[in-house]
Amino acid sequence: MILPGFIVLLMMGGILAWIASQKSLVLTRWISLLTVALNFLGALVVWLRQPETSSSWLLDYSIPWIPQFGISFHLALDGLSLLMLLLTFFLGSISVLISWKEIQNRVGLYHFCLLWVLAGITGVFLAMDLFLFFFFWEVMLIPMFFLIIIWGHENSRYAAFKFFIFTQASGLLMLVAILGLYFVNGNQTGIYTFDYFQLLSANLPSDIAMWLMLGFLAAFAVKLPVVPFHTWLPDAHSQAPTAGSLILAGLLLKTGAYGLLRFVVPLFRDQAIAIAPWAMAIGVFGIIYGAILAFSQTDLKRLVAYTSVSHMGFIMLGVFSFNELATQGVVMQMITHGISTGALFILAGFIYERIHTRDITRMGGFWKSMPFLGTCGLVFAMASLGLPGLGNFVAEFLTLVGAWQATHTLTIIATLGLVAATIYSLRILQKVFYGTQAPSTVLVDLSFRERLVMIVLVVSILWLGLFPQPMLNTSQPAVKAIIEASDHSRASAYKPPTQPKLVIKRKGGSYE
Amino acid sequence: MSKQDLVSIVPLFILTSAAILILFSIAVKRNHKVIYGITTFSLLADIIFLAIAEGPVTWTVEPLFVFDGFGKFNFGLILVTALALTMLSYAYFEQREERKEEYYILLILATLGAGTLTISKHFIPLFLGLEILSVSLYSMIAYLRTRERSDEGGIKYLIIAAFSSAFMLFGMALIYYTTGSMEFEAIGQYLSSLPELPIIMIAGFGFVVVGIGFKLGIVPFHMWTADVYEGAPLPVTSFIATVSKGGVVTLLVRFYTQVNGYQYDSLVVTFTVLVIASMFVGNFLALRQQNVKRLLAYSSIAHLGYILVAFIAGGPLGIEAVSFYLVAYFITTVGSFGILTYLSDKDRDAELLDDFRGLFWRRPWTATSFSAMLLSLAGIPLTAGFVGKFYIVAAGVNGNIWLLVIMLVVNSAIGLFYYIRIIAIMCEKQAVETSSTLKPSVYLISGFSVAALTVALLWVGVFPEGLIALIRSLLNP
Repeated sequence: MILPGFIVLLMMGGILAWIASQKSLVLTRWISLLTVALNFLGALVVWLRQPETSSSWLLDYSIPWIPQFGISFHLALDGLSLLMLLLTFFLGSISVLISWKEIQNRVGLYHFCLLWVLAGITGVFLAMDLFLFFFFWEVMLIPMFFLIIIWGHENSRYAAFKFFIFTQASGLLMLVAILGLYFVNGNQTGIYTFDYFQLLSANLPSDIAMWLMLGFLAAFAVKLPVVPFHTWLPDAHSQAPTAGSLILAGLLLKTGAYGLLRFVVPLFRDQAIAIAPWAMAIGVFGIIYGAILAFSQTDLKRLVAYTSVSHMGFIMLGVFSFNELATQGVVMQMITHGISTGALFILAGFIYERIHTRDITRMGGFWKSMPFLGTCGLVFAMASLGLPGLGNFVAEFLTLVGAWQATHTLTIIATLGLVAATIYSLRILQKVFYGTQAPSTVLVDLSFRERLVMIVLVVSILWLGLFPQPMLNTSQPAVKAIIEASDHSRASAYKPPTQPKLVIKRKGGSYE
Repeated sequence: MSKQDLVSIVPLFILTSAAILILFSIAVKRNHKVIYGITTFSLLADIIFLAIAEGPVTWTVEPLFVFDGFGKFNFGLILVTALALTMLSYAYFEQREERKEEYYILLILATLGAGTLTISKHFIPLFLGLEILSVSLYSMIAYLRTRERSDEGGIKYLIIAAFSSAFMLFGMALIYYTTGSMEFEAIGQYLSSLPELPIIMIAGFGFVVVGIGFKLGIVPFHMWTADVYEGAPLPVTSFIATVSKGGVVTLLVRFYTQVNGYQYDSLVVTFTVLVIASMFVGNFLALRQQNVKRLLAYSSIAHLGYILVAFIAGGPLGIEAVSFYLVAYFITTVGSFGILTYLSDKDRDAELLDDFRGLFWRRPWTATSFSAMLLSLAGIPLTAGFVGKFYIVAAGVNGNIWLLVIMLVVNSAIGLFYYIRIIAIMCEKQAVETSSTLKPSVYLISGFSVAALTVALLWVGVFPEGLIALIRSLLNP
């Protein structure tokens, strides 16, 4: 019951916050903060007292929804989903906190949209029915569209349209692929179902499977984004309000990565292996390309957006290496990138609130007047360039070590991306925090609320960098199951939670 | 004529007698409320009769009518839509100075015509139904004759409808000449005994398709749509978009399946070309519109294209998808035109994009409903339009018509742009009030109808299993 509870609570909280805005705006903010915090606590409780199960699945919930089509409301949770939920609710709470002062008009509607985006994302991370997955995939778009268009910056209409049309069009391709899978499987077995676990054992003709996989890949590649499909991202990120950018970078991009891991790899094993060299090459190209473009931006939020493009290249590289190390690296990358890039967007938002520009050429010398902000900036710039001791290093290191086993050339080029990351990260620091300050501006350092947000983020990125093991332990069974599904006979390892799991021990590849 | 025959055609009788009753009632005294009451009551009575009448699942009244699940479902759908439109019409016409009462006679007659189309299995009731529908529509479109664009719309429709009827008649004549029958099934039987389609039959089918195409407003027979939509009073516009087109779609499906159209490549290719053209032309022309009525007109061309994708896919799933999509499309179209009606004042209709600027902040509930309608047209989850589109794509994938499915996906993406553009405009800052700002008077009944349609939209979007079960039970008894 706790799984649908997460989603329902967010939705109810959104409606409640909207209603409360008639009475008091403070109440609205508190309601949405408490809703997300409550969800975070719930996820934390699940994490700390992990239910004993023999399979990689921890919790499962299923009721029929549209039985005529074999559609059920099927949610399930494994280690991967759990980590993603923790991230979602963590960043969700932060996004309410940072909107406290920034959003002053239409507060009720704002929090409604915010909580419904989170509800959609939660649904995406939990849905184990392909129709339901698509449903949530689309549900998270509309509130996000409103967040960008109503509370965004000067060019928000263009950005919101681009975001919506890109993601919606690619989503429709995925819908066609889902239906293709549904009918191919149904015609073969006579059971027409959208259930993930039953479709896993579908026996697809390879040429059809290739097309179906491309349909899925289209949706995830746009969301991730993979380089030729990334053009919506800089616009959407730079035009969204701070919390919008945080959710886009921290969570929405992760749904693409999650989709790759959860659907593309296990469902289309052979085809994914067949395109792996290309996918990895595109990923590596994205790493370098994103880094170069990030270096040449003058808009601070746009710059951070391009660093996301670069970091997401590592995810493509890791996912298509098909080994446990790289995949664990991908999971870590999803979490650490969510926190570090999110933090950079928050910093950009704080600066924007003070000087009302995102133009780097008009910044400089902020360290002197805002030492606290400067320190945080330093930490997250270092995280972004992959300094050991901070979370991103663990993620990128694991990914690169794993990818090395798959391809040497590409891994070497990808490592160059770290050098490029150093260059653009140091440029942020140099342009924004050092140098001479424009004399006219009077700047106030962070307030208590802002400091609290930053301290929490700094602590978590340090924790992820110094003690990544709890995260890795949580995701390991799920990652292992995904890899085994793409490695051996898939039916053996990736079973629904109700059935006992056949454990296959693998030689090597263990890093514990 | 047996007793069951008589019972079967009672729905047609109720409508006919309602029209006559209104006529007499006007002769005694003009009273908008009374006429409105009679219309509502007779439509309700008809719906209830259709829903509870017992009898065999399929009953044919030889040689003209067939009362099967598909026909009954669409007949019912048309009646419910007509009822919703009556609800919306009251407030609209109450605000206007013209004589209002005759409108309801025309509305009922047009409904009768469309209803006849859904149950006919013979060229004669087909043509009769079509003409009753068209003739009523001529005068309905030009009903507010003092307004500048309404007679333009009326005459345009008159000429084009007459033209298309002539085409259709000629086509029927050719088919009758070849097969010696006007009954759909007999035509099908005759054709299946031939090795291939004779040239004269192809010509005959071609002319019938031209006639039907005009009525549906698919490309390249769409030229009248935007002008007529723009010129007609809002309730009439939504009548044309829903009831009139729905009746013709039902007829097309029945005719096509009974003559086994799916086995003739030339027909399938023709329809495929028409459908692709409709989707692209409709969506592209809608992109730059500044007038919401015209925008919805072009979007309806595209939507007819979507419906016909499921129709081309064929099979039980295809027919189900057509029925389901019709429901979703009807709710959405009546709803969105209903909102335009709700926002119109007595001088002009709410149709310019500027009328909607900042609507979210002036009338949040109306704007939310309208957004839901537009998102449904765009096919976004939580709305009926999404399930409908899902159904169509499912039918398409199942029927292996990949080209059309991909075209549908491409067009949905194009279509998104102009729907969310309206939503974006509603979110913008409020415009300064000028003399042209609409000042609609509020009628409870319109507000209630729009709210009910919005609820229906969301209900079907989230819990479609009830509607699916109903359609399945009627279609595959």
